This record gives sequence, C-alpha cells and structure tokens, in this order.
Amino acid sequence: MTTIIRLQREKIDRAAEVAKLVGARKDIGAVVTFTGICRAEENGAPIAALTLEHYPGMAETEIARHVEEACARWPLIGALVIHRHGRILPGEDIVLVATTSTHRQAAFAAAEFLMDYLKTRAPFWKQVEAAGGKTWVEAKAADDTAAERWSPPSPLRDAAK
Amino acid sequence: MSIRVLYFAWVRERVGKAEEEIEPPAGVANVGQLMAWLAGKGEQYAYAFDNPKVIRAAIDRTHVRADARIEGAREIAFFPPMTGG
Repeated sequence: MTTIIRLQREKIDRAAEVAKLVGARKDIGAVVTFTGICRAEENGAPIAALTLEHYPGMAETEIARHVEEACARWPLIGALVIHRHGRILPGEDIVLVATTSTHRQAAFAAAEFLMDYLKTRAPFWKQVEAAGGKTWVEAKAADDTAAERWSPPSPLRDAAK
Repeated sequence: MSIRVLYFAWVRERVGKAEEEIEPPAGVANVGQLMAWLAGKGEQYAYAFDNPKVIRAAIDRTHVRADARIEGAREIAFFPPMTGG
C-alpha cells in the first residue's frame, strides 16, 4: 500500500505525483485521479484569487484518517491526497486525489469518497478575493448530502465513548 | 485549567486573534457552554459567537459536538463549516 498525503503552498505537479503513486508496480490495473481547480468566477462574479486557510496538524490528521478508512473499505493499492493552502490563482490546482487498484470500481469509489469527505471534514476554508473585497465561501448543503451517502460517518470523539 | 484556543476563518477575524490561552471557570463543562462563556468576553467575541449553531469545534484536533466535555482538553478550535477540496 502506497500512501501519499501532503499539504503544500507550491503548485501541484499532477503528472509527477501520479507517476510516483503508480511507481514500477505491475499489479495496478486502474488509477483514478481527481483535480479540484480554482475557477475564475464564484457565483457569477469574476474573482482574482482564492486563499485557502487550514488548521495545521488537524488537516493532515483528518485526511490520513479518511485515507485509512478508504483503504479499509476498498481493495486499494495506493492513495494520494495533496491539498494546497495559501493564495491560489484561477486555473491553478487546489487539490489532487488519486487512487490505484487492480480494477476501476474500487479506484473510482474511493476517490469520490475521499473528495466528499475532504469537502466537509478536512479543516480548510476558502476565501474569495474579488474587486468587491474578500469574502469567505459558504459551505454547501449539497456537499454534506454527498458525504452522508457514505454513512455511517466517521465517529465523533464523544460518540465513540 | 489553562486551554489553548484557536480560531479560524471568519471566527478568527471576528474575535480579532488566531489563538489565546483561556481559563474558563469550573461551571463551563462542555463546548457549547464554552462558546457561551467566550461570547461574554467582549463585543468581538459576542459577534463571533452570535450564532453558535453554525460554529464547528475540535478538541485536540478531533471534531466534536457542542455537548462534548472539555475536561482535560489541551487545545480547542472554533471554526465555520469547512469549505476545502
């Protein structure tokens, strides 16, 4: 099992990262990648940039926990999550998720699961920089609904007691 | 009992700081009560914790609900619903 989890300010080199995840293995039959990209507009208005704030320490831990859960749910060979923080310009990648498996079903499902959980549970917050000033992006109910598909949700600290 | 409290995104902006050490009184037992206590610390805190239902919390870097007990916590974070990915 190959796991790559990283938070970085720098741009993401998609091809190089996926090549590292696959490596020289000959048992991988499928690699699914998802890239989240900064759009040039938000709610119909042009934006200059996004700034991603995160909770250092907790962000890595939360991602690692969900990668572990994905590995327990599907027969994965590898999983990769790279999330940027800081200022991101339109057209630049925000997040890269990749999963490898012998067959496509597990790789597709696990990649979607990881993204749905990243959206609602990983401590990152997007701020939009536009002509009118800076505003925080509001969480979408549709993202919660997407994450709930994979229930039962990860146990909360107190629910586990 | 000294606890390190962290604030993120608009909660941080409204409170006016990213982190601080606090010593809540003995009667403050859970996260919801801590938010109510913080709201009483001043105008900026009152604004930040005006609608505690929308604020999420983590104790020692694990998501918790408002009824989670704070006893023994070293670090408690308050933040809006997450918007990463």
